[in-house]
Amino acid sequence: MSDTATVENATPKVEAKLIPIYIMGKMYEVPETLTIMKAMEYAGYKYVRGAGCRGGVCGACATVYRKPGDYHIRVGLACQTVVEPDMYLTQIPFYPANRAKYDWEQIKGECEEVYEAYPELFRCLACNACTKVCPMEIPVMDYVSAIKRGDIEKANELSFDCIQCGLCSTRCMAEMAQYHIAQMVRRIHGRFHTPQSKHCEEQVAAIKDGYYDDALAELKALGTMDPTTYEETPGIKKLIELYQAREGEPHTAEEFWTPESDYALLKSNGK
Amino acid sequence: MKLGYYPGCTLKTKAINLEVSAVKSLEALGVEVEELERWNCCGAVYSLADDDLVHLLAPVRDLIRAKDQGLDKVMTLCSMCYNTIARANLLMRKDEEKRDAINNFLEEETDYFGEVDVVHYLQFVRDDIGWDKVAAAVKNPLKDLKVGPYYGCTLTKPGEIKIDDSIEPVSFKNLIEAIGAEYVAYPDAETCCGSYQIIGNPEAALKTTATIVESAEKRGADALILSCPLCEYNIGRRQADVRGLREGLEPLPVFYFTQLLAIALGLDIDTLHLDRNMPEAQKLLEDKGILATA
Amino acid sequence: MLVTERTIDREFVERMLEVSGQPFKQCMQCGTCSVVCPMQESTQLTPRQVMHHLQWGQKEALMNTNTPWICASCHTCEVRCPRGIDVPKLMEALRLQILRENKNFVEPFQIDKEQLKEAPQLAFVSSFRKHTS
Repeated sequence: MSDTATVENATPKVEAKLIPIYIMGKMYEVPETLTIMKAMEYAGYKYVRGAGCRGGVCGACATVYRKPGDYHIRVGLACQTVVEPDMYLTQIPFYPANRAKYDWEQIKGECEEVYEAYPELFRCLACNACTKVCPMEIPVMDYVSAIKRGDIEKANELSFDCIQCGLCSTRCMAEMAQYHIAQMVRRIHGRFHTPQSKHCEEQVAAIKDGYYDDALAELKALGTMDPTTYEETPGIKKLIELYQAREGEPHTAEEFWTPESDYALLKSNGK
Repeated sequence: MKLGYYPGCTLKTKAINLEVSAVKSLEALGVEVEELERWNCCGAVYSLADDDLVHLLAPVRDLIRAKDQGLDKVMTLCSMCYNTIARANLLMRKDEEKRDAINNFLEEETDYFGEVDVVHYLQFVRDDIGWDKVAAAVKNPLKDLKVGPYYGCTLTKPGEIKIDDSIEPVSFKNLIEAIGAEYVAYPDAETCCGSYQIIGNPEAALKTTATIVESAEKRGADALILSCPLCEYNIGRRQADVRGLREGLEPLPVFYFTQLLAIALGLDIDTLHLDRNMPEAQKLLEDKGILATA
Repeated sequence: MLVTERTIDREFVERMLEVSGQPFKQCMQCGTCSVVCPMQESTQLTPRQVMHHLQWGQKEALMNTNTPWICASCHTCEVRCPRGIDVPKLMEALRLQILRENKNFVEPFQIDKEQLKEAPQLAFVSSFRKHTS
């Protein structure tokens, strides 16, 4: 690709070609540069539920599609995947899945507790359909296998990027909800198998003690958006300004970085 | 030659006492194993239906992992894994039509044509090391210990993958003699322990297990050795329930054969996870002076 | 066992032959399988009786006996059968006749919690493979 093309593509307004896509069986012509989510909005769909974060991390817009002449089921997050000509698609914002109830206070951090909550995981046939359908390219079959053999560490590591979209469970021959099982494993891992962070405990204690109450009240006093017009009030503009000016760890920070503001840094050294 | 090792679902937790004693014993006998880097549960039972391929995917996938890792031989410790993977391997070697269907379905994996050999630990020790060599390496012969073999089903049946005679196997007898213990013959060494029925029909499983325990005790066995974590659960850790079914049954300690092998080879007993066996197991070794009393 | 033209389910016989691949019509009713069966105390029909019912296409009786569900697939009968019939494969075919209708014999979520904690993983893997759809 030539440099000129790149520059042209980077300009805010481009003359995009219209391509046909099929949403739930009906054909729409949409600009080829759009993501599936924007293409659906372009086609006239309005997201009341299932739009999610629009940033590729929340898992609310899992989409399955096929291309003509290809038997594979393809997947992607609607907010991240760019449309292709003649793709036919539907979004799966929710799929019923067994989510076990367990008393977190009683959990001791053993793999057997996962088996108690989700015995169906032993029905896995290693068909690998879950891995093939994962939009985050997580080796789902492998983490189920790790859970089966009691390797919580490995299951945590392999499933860490899961965004809980649930597509794995739509394809499971053993009818399990892999992502809920993995979530329980990651919770166990986080609580029992990783070192506890001391400053986190200090922060939580400070929140409980009311260290941030005044600051929070100040922010709250800025008001909300106009509930009927969704217009930004001066208070909201101020809120955005504060948010954008907040102190965060710079991308180029050294290994040890300390915030300077009072609120970012809990003054455990002189609160 | 690199000896590949496939652990199986139970070996890293519930049957760690089998894994550690087996791997350490092999090391003591001069053999290093290379564990599969990536593996999944084999499914534990081989599908017996001719029109069912889906249950073959799991064991075939493990064989593919072994091939990808450049291994030409893969060993299992669990009898059920051996049975399932060895039979899947045989099918991939012999049934072209099914092999093609499976390879075709597993499109994301390397094609597999049965290149890897599948062996069980007991078979490997017998054929590749030899009982003479084992006997010569014994530092701590288990004198005065009367041991009965328990073969179970999946090592010797069906005939197509048996590692020993289906009706009169001798491998455990040879092992028991090699480690200096006294061999006890009894009629139910190949009687099924009830296997997976312990979940669906526990009473039926415990009844057949009671027959095994009674039969071995009548012939004077102090202990049984076996190679399968499910047999160990049914006969060993569920033995209190088994004894409840019949009058006059005494506790009969159950060991993985590799644990007694490891003790005889003089390995550190503390690393053998004897606490994972039924409680009477450790006590028997203390009573016999094999294990120092704590 | 009452056998009339109406009680013989020929389609069932063909299905069992196809799924198991076993020539059960060759069974000569010697009863060796029944004698060596370790689960005989708990089964309603002996393996020999199962073979007999199969030969006569007695689907209903076979769908209502506990024998295939008690069978532990140990293959003791198979290695001793003088006709070389793989009886466990027939038991599997009988189980699948029911399991493939999406019916479970074991319900994973009804298993005793204590057992889920105690039993080894392969007990559940094997049980669910043989007893769930």
